Amino acid sequence: MAEFAIMFISAIFVNNILLSQFLGVCPFLGVSNKLSTAAGMSMAVCFVITLATVVTYLLNMLLVALGLEFLQTISFILVIAALVQMVEIVLKKISPSLYSALGIFLPLITTNCAVLGVALTVVTKDFNLGQAAWYAFSTSLGFGLAMVLFAGLREQLALNDVPKAFKGIPIALVTASLLAMAFMGFSGLV
Amino acid sequence: MGKFQLITKGIIKENPTFVLLLGMCPTLATTTSAINGMSMGLATMFVLILSNIVISAIAAYIPDKVRIPSYIVVIATFVTLLQFIMQAYTPAVYETLGLFIPLIVVNCIVLGRAEAFANKNSVVDSALDGIGIGLGFTCSLTLLGLVREMLGSGSAFGFKFIEGDGILAFVLAPGAFLALAYLIVIFKKLTSKKAE
Amino acid sequence: MAVQSSFKNMSLCLLVICLVCSALLAGVYALTADPIANAAKAKNEAAIKEVLPETAVTIEEEKSITVDGQTYTYNRAFDDLGNTVGCAINVSALGFGGPIAIKVGFDVNGVIWNTKVLSQAETPGLGAKCVEAAFSEQFKGFNPVEKKLAVKKDGGDVDAITASTITSRAYAWGLAVAAKVFGEIVGTPMPLDAWTGATAN
Repeated sequence: MAEFAIMFISAIFVNNILLSQFLGVCPFLGVSNKLSTAAGMSMAVCFVITLATVVTYLLNMLLVALGLEFLQTISFILVIAALVQMVEIVLKKISPSLYSALGIFLPLITTNCAVLGVALTVVTKDFNLGQAAWYAFSTSLGFGLAMVLFAGLREQLALNDVPKAFKGIPIALVTASLLAMAFMGFSGLV
Repeated sequence: MGKFQLITKGIIKENPTFVLLLGMCPTLATTTSAINGMSMGLATMFVLILSNIVISAIAAYIPDKVRIPSYIVVIATFVTLLQFIMQAYTPAVYETLGLFIPLIVVNCIVLGRAEAFANKNSVVDSALDGIGIGLGFTCSLTLLGLVREMLGSGSAFGFKFIEGDGILAFVLAPGAFLALAYLIVIFKKLTSKKAE
Repeated sequence: MAVQSSFKNMSLCLLVICLVCSALLAGVYALTADPIANAAKAKNEAAIKEVLPETAVTIEEEKSITVDGQTYTYNRAFDDLGNTVGCAINVSALGFGGPIAIKVGFDVNGVIWNTKVLSQAETPGLGAKCVEAAFSEQFKGFNPVEKKLAVKKDGGDVDAITASTITSRAYAWGLAVAAKVFGEIVGTPMPLDAWTGATAN
């Protein structure tokens, strides 16, 4: 149990996927203008990362058994793309309300490097299936936390008078830098 | 647009990092030093040129609805090729860049160029576009890496010019965001002056 | 420009692309498999030579040994007359950012000759300094029987890296494990005072 707790804390705070590993920075900068969209995106990512990691973990076992490890990258990205499509279709049928909340973010997730990044990290780490799923889930929660915090900051920032050259992305990057610095404070935690 | 412009536009006017703001993940993660940034830029350029060439050659035969998956497969193939080649001949570089080599697959620059340029232009033009955007990306990453290395460890391309350590934060995550922010601002200032 | 999409040509197109790509990759994989293996082997041999005395010319095949339920791999090395000069042991210790793989070279007397980090994911500028000479130099000629393989904070004789106690602790712990494994390899368990301190970690 302790091992899972440590993994959880470490994935969310210490090795935060966005602020210390730089995976998934594109949506982090792209859809963090509003708190509500950021939260929606985070939920969609959380769902897809966990699901994709479990599927690619099993797929990797199959590839290793067949001696086809060299198809890893190519098959992972195809599986992720297919999975995202499937989630979209299933969600549309089963829960239209959830679909309307997450739907527009789903196509964007295929090219979110956090998904492929986590899937590829997990297979190099000798995890068992439970650990892999838990790691993926904790990591994506870390993504959500950073995303929501950042969106909150940016909403406030939009009301401020920012020097012209810094408007838009540059000031967002400065904010991200300060947020990353704050997260570095968690370094000694685990 | 002239052939020469195809190459130069990627460096200033359509600079993927400072103007189009694409491919942020490798930009921030691998620029801990100038050499690392340059290696990442060159690796991306390799994939970009080859995938541009192949996609422009086969685009006419691919049904419209499966075009994105087909492009992704082509890109993933070249990325895996690159992985093997680097593992075999430059294992040290491969280890430093680590995860970010396979992640070139999801780099928006590569898929973006395939969708926006390669599938409607000739093979030669697409190759030149790949070289141009690739060069722009390499230059930006090298520059960002150089800035972070100079401030963070007091060296340039591995040569130390001050004793002791630099400002550690610049090698770590916060410095990556901050250095990129300032470079974008400087880039904006310089190019807007030129336009006037 | 693009062809009209129908179910037949879509599946055919994807199938052809996937087949061509897989075939291409399989070919290149077969071509580069040897250079990749050679590069890994050359790297390993260079690392072994780095942690052992210069007189080591022949390196024995890798062997493994089980100590306390854990399996470790090691290579013995001989000089040109065939005498054993030392032994390089691979250990892994859990650092701050993940496992740190270290190769530890012992001479015949059980004194550490040199150490080398094979892979690590410590924080750049902090724990990642464990690969630098300023830290690893102190282990050259370190006799684990006379001195204690633990950081000074824990009552040992290892100077920790500034602000990176976790990494330094892991490194010292890894070396202590290696010392224990070395004792098992030569058949005479070392009278390790350090060991008790190290297991507490």
